[in-house]
Amino acid sequence: MNVLAWTQQPLFGIAATIVVYAVSRILHVRFKWMHPILFCSIVLIGFLTIANVPLDHYKVGADILSLVLGPATIALGVPIYKYRHLVKKQFKAICLSITCGSLVGIVSVAAIMLSLDGAREVVLSMLPKSVSSPIAVEISKSLGAMPELSAVFTVFTGVVGSLFGTAFLRMTGIRDEVSLGIALGTAAHGFGTAKSLADSEKQGTFSGLAMGLAGLITSILFTPIYMFFM
Amino acid sequence: MLGFAILLSFNILGVWLHNLLHLPLPGNVLGLVLFLIALGMKWIKLEWVEHSAQFLLDHMLLFFIPYVVGIVAFMPVLEAHWVSISAGIVGSTLIVLWVTGFVASKLQKFTVEEQAPKRKEDAA
Repeated sequence: MNVLAWTQQPLFGIAATIVVYAVSRILHVRFKWMHPILFCSIVLIGFLTIANVPLDHYKVGADILSLVLGPATIALGVPIYKYRHLVKKQFKAICLSITCGSLVGIVSVAAIMLSLDGAREVVLSMLPKSVSSPIAVEISKSLGAMPELSAVFTVFTGVVGSLFGTAFLRMTGIRDEVSLGIALGTAAHGFGTAKSLADSEKQGTFSGLAMGLAGLITSILFTPIYMFFM
Repeated sequence: MLGFAILLSFNILGVWLHNLLHLPLPGNVLGLVLFLIALGMKWIKLEWVEHSAQFLLDHMLLFFIPYVVGIVAFMPVLEAHWVSISAGIVGSTLIVLWVTGFVASKLQKFTVEEQAPKRKEDAA
């Protein structure tokens, strides 16, 4: 009866994701506007829905694949090390811009959400949306919000940032690779960094650095907010 | 393979340190800090890891796809609050992008040589 049992094997999730990703890379050469993350997610969600494969089956393999994000994050050390002199020279600009951006991120989300409908749990879960999900989950727990929802919001934020970030910044006249990288890393963590790396190594370096520092700075910025909620 | 082995070792080291000390940073980021220290101290040579690192960085987007697909499970919550959620995320993300990018572009110390070729690129 269960014809879909084979999809429970880890190989299914890994193979499906890599195959769709490889196709997206080929298509990307012809269609520059096509974003790999958006294309792959839509195709995979569509496939799972049509073929009636439960999300849990897909996740068995896919979760193993996303574990590779660990060594990929460590790998960011290579370009950061290569650009160490430029990083040292711009360190003050990097730290100040990330602090401003992170603070504005928390305040603006609270302001927009409270002025709309503001279900308390949803608002609190969205506060740490700009940092990578492991940090967001910890912050969400400390706030008494919903960690799973916070993780979903960070993914959403990442998708928005990596889809529109570069084009939006260029429109506002911000064009140098260092500023683009810092902005994408601060606003859209790993997604922004992966997108930046696809654009240029230099932009990716500053994005990766900003992602790490934004995580640290945001964790510090939240300490007084916890006290407020205690 | 040596490169992957080194990158994975620092990854594990970071995760272990995170669990041991309960630091506010995730294991991956702690591992990155340790890896940078090792590179800076010349304990690790760049050519050992360069190839593997380049491969992982080239395909970083791939490892995020499972997370995006996983959003489907949360559709009921997202649908119930979709207006405020999309406005909050899109609005705030654009604001963060602009503020961060603006401050970064104003505070950087540009030298004349660095700025000259950039202008040329823009004009092209």
